[in-house]
Amino acid sequence: MLKFLFTVIRRDVLLAARRRGDWLTAQFFFIMVVSMFPIGIGPEPEMLRTIGPGVVWVAALLASLLSLERLFADDYRDGTLELMMLSPYPIALLTLGKAIAHWIINGIPLLLIAPLLGIQFNMSAEAVWILVLSLAIGTPILYLLGSIGAALTLGLRGGGALVTLLIMPLYVPALIFGAGAVEGVLSGTGSEAHLSLLGAFLMMSLLLAPWVSAMALKVSVD
Amino acid sequence: MNFYNYASPATFYPLAGKLIPWFAVLAFILTIVGLYIAFFVAPTDFQQGEGYRIIFIHVPAAWMGMLIFVIMAFWSAIGLAWNTRLSFVMARALAPTGAMFTFVALWTGAFWGKPMWGAWWVWDARLTSTLILLFLYVGFMALQAAIDDTRRADRAGALLNLVGVINVPIIYFSVVWWNTLHQGASVSLTRAPSMAQAMLWGMLIMALAAWMYTIAVALARARTLVLERERQTEWVRGHLEGQP
Amino acid sequence: MSRFRIKSGLMVPNMLSSHDLACERGERLLFKSLSFELGNGEALWVRGGNGRGKTSLLRLLCGLSAPAAGVVRWRGEPIDRTREQYGREMAYIGHANGIKDDLTPMENLRTAAALGGRGLDDATATAALEKVGLSRCLDFPARVLSFGQRRRVALAGLMTAGALLWILDEPLTGLDVDGVAMVEQMILDHVTAGGMAVMTTHQPLALGKLTPQTLSVGG
Repeated sequence: MLKFLFTVIRRDVLLAARRRGDWLTAQFFFIMVVSMFPIGIGPEPEMLRTIGPGVVWVAALLASLLSLERLFADDYRDGTLELMMLSPYPIALLTLGKAIAHWIINGIPLLLIAPLLGIQFNMSAEAVWILVLSLAIGTPILYLLGSIGAALTLGLRGGGALVTLLIMPLYVPALIFGAGAVEGVLSGTGSEAHLSLLGAFLMMSLLLAPWVSAMALKVSVD
Repeated sequence: MNFYNYASPATFYPLAGKLIPWFAVLAFILTIVGLYIAFFVAPTDFQQGEGYRIIFIHVPAAWMGMLIFVIMAFWSAIGLAWNTRLSFVMARALAPTGAMFTFVALWTGAFWGKPMWGAWWVWDARLTSTLILLFLYVGFMALQAAIDDTRRADRAGALLNLVGVINVPIIYFSVVWWNTLHQGASVSLTRAPSMAQAMLWGMLIMALAAWMYTIAVALARARTLVLERERQTEWVRGHLEGQP
Repeated sequence: MSRFRIKSGLMVPNMLSSHDLACERGERLLFKSLSFELGNGEALWVRGGNGRGKTSLLRLLCGLSAPAAGVVRWRGEPIDRTREQYGREMAYIGHANGIKDDLTPMENLRTAAALGGRGLDDATATAALEKVGLSRCLDFPARVLSFGQRRRVALAGLMTAGALLWILDEPLTGLDVDGVAMVEQMILDHVTAGGMAVMTTHQPLALGKLTPQTLSVGG
């Protein structure tokens, strides 16, 4: 079973490597969204430091929703998704593998870009570190929950906007704990509580989301 | 009483038709009673003046918004587990009413807040969670609207509904957490006036009225959905052609 | 539903069978009370006009869709209960080719094998691709191949799948005369060796001495 999981992950990473253009676009989307805020709100360093964590986190949410739309869609269109669903392994392993692959392809770059954005927003080193940590724990949650939305909206018109509508409410706890962890550093109240709650939410998502996503795939493909 | 009999659309349709007027009448009566208590019986709150009376709509609406979402989830779960078509119809029929109550709760919350705290919108825990609940309703309805195939729409919506219901406590908890962290000097709308007996009764009666209204409206909506879905069957054809 | 039947005086197992199968698409009932039995060394040809439910039936047989009524059985067990075993012993080609355009034919075969829990060495994969006439296209991404060539990649995958039951939805689409003959030979070899095939095609297949059962869908 583990071998199946690795095959799914390897396959998706290999496919993404062949489509580097799309991948690059998604990363620049993240950077651009974040950069819009100082332009729109004003560049006072104090204010930027305050809104920085929230802005980066919201941009991460949007970036993930943008890329999640394609999680199953490509495979659905060329028929490989159905073939994978016919394989002798639980479909939940397939959805888990795809979410993990998605994190490797899109989440890790996010973690690498975040410090640069933290600097743009005048955040302290400690704040930046907690930001990256919160994103490291939080982005898997986004992709796990997002896979449910992607599975439910497979093949529908309305695309990205519809997935956003469905999944954004579910992202709220991750956003609150994630951005809150960084704000905890800024206000001196500490971030352990936020990060622990985020971690617990991750555990829950890891256990439940692949199954729900698998059920959603079965409903959509039926 | 053979429960499975009522799971058949053909039996449900006439039965629902007979029940709707009763619930509608009950809703009407209870609303009158509730409003009477709200405006004439409940004492003036010494802190908030007359404006507070809007809670007699706000609180029952908020309760109903939450309650209906949970009941929808109940029907969704039954539909997914036993593949009964009517269960999905009930969930679909309840959604617009639930969304409406949630929307009303938001607006009345704003009207309550304005004279009290000077702001049209306050990001307190309850209002924020109510806003997110509205998003969950809209998501449910949007998903079902986007899917042409009825069976897929039913089941996808049901799944989304269940995911939403499980997340609601988590979302609420996180919002309360967020709110207490950011609590400055701002006072929250959740600090309800100390309840006089009459006030509680008023709200309960209004809630009951909303409940009766919901049942009536949901049954009516369900009947229309049933007609639409079963339009190929004998009994629907007979009904549509036979009735003047 | 009996697990066995008498054929030429012998008891043979019913490998794939359906009992009172009904299918709904949207709000239309496509077919109902559909029953058949298929054993080793047998083929089933599904016929019917366009849009009458042939593809839906095949998807029901795969387990991709759930029937409105009735049950599909593999080795006597309902397929929703024997997903793992059925997945290993069945191979499906649908309307879409089921191959990734960004991968080469070799990579496609290797990935498909790994996802099916099978080993596949390069020699076998190359041999299969050569057999379907793609020996010169081994290392190009499938994107540059024609539709018919991509179909052949899917057929090569079928050959290396080692499956007992083949479920083929319009396998001849996009193939030229040679391709059609190749598919007919593939199916004949497979069934003669004891395998089973369920297929939909618009024209009858020339399968030599093999006479497939026929099933008409949609009245």
